[in-house]
Amino acid sequence: MIAIIDYDAGNIKSVEKAFLSLGQETVVTREPQALFRADGVVLPGVGAFGDAMEKLHRFGLVPVIRQLAREEKPFLGICLGLQLLFESSQESPGVEGLGILEGQVLRLPEDQGVKIPQIGWNSLHFPNPGRLFCGIPEGAYVYFVHSYYLRAKEERIVTATAEYGTCVHASVEQGNVFACQFHPEKSSETGLAILRNFVGIAAR
Amino acid sequence: MHTKRVIPCLDIKDGRVVKGVQFVNLKDAGEPAQAAQAYDREGADEVVFLDITASADNRSTQLQWVRQVASRLFIPFTVGGGIRTVEDFRLILREGADKIAVNSAAITNPGLISQAADKFGSQCVVVAIDAKKRADGSGWNIYKNGGRVDMGIDAVQWAVQAEKLGAGELLLTSMDCDGTKEGYDLELTKAVTDAVGIPVIASGGAGKPEHFYEALERGGAEAVLAASLFHYKELTIRQVKEYLRQRGISVRL
Repeated sequence: MIAIIDYDAGNIKSVEKAFLSLGQETVVTREPQALFRADGVVLPGVGAFGDAMEKLHRFGLVPVIRQLAREEKPFLGICLGLQLLFESSQESPGVEGLGILEGQVLRLPEDQGVKIPQIGWNSLHFPNPGRLFCGIPEGAYVYFVHSYYLRAKEERIVTATAEYGTCVHASVEQGNVFACQFHPEKSSETGLAILRNFVGIAAR
Repeated sequence: MHTKRVIPCLDIKDGRVVKGVQFVNLKDAGEPAQAAQAYDREGADEVVFLDITASADNRSTQLQWVRQVASRLFIPFTVGGGIRTVEDFRLILREGADKIAVNSAAITNPGLISQAADKFGSQCVVVAIDAKKRADGSGWNIYKNGGRVDMGIDAVQWAVQAEKLGAGELLLTSMDCDGTKEGYDLELTKAVTDAVGIPVIASGGAGKPEHFYEALERGGAEAVLAASLFHYKELTIRQVKEYLRQRGISVRL
């Protein structure tokens, strides 16, 4: 069972439908017990960093997510769900993130001739082997929609990068915590293969 | 490498894909989800659905096919046609659509753009613009109600205003070129892409692979859209993308 954290984020339905299409039993919930019982937990998200943290606090999910990470529950953050795992974001100064991983979330550079937000398909480079990308060739395309990007503190946790005016840390893996800046649920066959890999990790 | 997008457009009537050969004679071409999946397999970067009959009366039909598309299509898709309120946005996005295109409603009530952008984020607000050259050739005016009503408003100025209000993307259709297969209106496309910072999807007039190249390279568009050409398989998406790659444009293949 994969549990998708329900905190009024915009893309929950798409993420749920993508897992369902893989034949994976899926539940959308904010019940701590259901989250602890699941084989894997997904934190989706579109929108602003500050609003999302406020909602996670309101639903009492911040300590729950930190506990899930401590228990090494297979955990996948998607898009804003990746950014929330870090300490803070330039998007919402003064707002504390989940702080499960170390790094900064920065505004995409304005002076590099790229349009902000990045909307569209970009190719991935894999600086370190990542379990999410097992069987996926270097240069595979995935779909991004974002104005802020991750610069992880330690490059060894970065499993995928993409070029967009700067080097965007597109995916990270530390223990059983995984995260993607792009949207696997909107990235056609490549995206479904990434989600299938996560399901495989969760089933172990 | 970030890529330029090639986008097929599907016309929907009463929950079915249609394509009017002579506009009045609408042919039934099947289920929206099925047609869109076929485009995904061909390499479409996203899909735009224009519901040509949508109104408050058949909102439930619309929500039904959007739901079906969302459970079977795993690339981004935009829904346009008959969307008038923030509540319409909410209902359609909730079913799994990624973006909403607004045209007439945004002209009548520009506040709709900012309200929707505030509530759901700019990334899901696409402002569709139907533009036609003024008789004196001095520029382009925008039209509403499916190209029937000249609003007497300059297209470039409207594009700039739409961006300021919070549009995340513009879907720019040249009424002069639409259906001609003689190529996109490069002058119009360039005038708009020079004036705004958000991505512009060029639409109207594609007939040959070169036309797509010109709209991206000379028009400055981020994405190119075509309907009939792909629908009647005069060209496949793959053929267009292979051509673009050969000309040095970065595309997803």
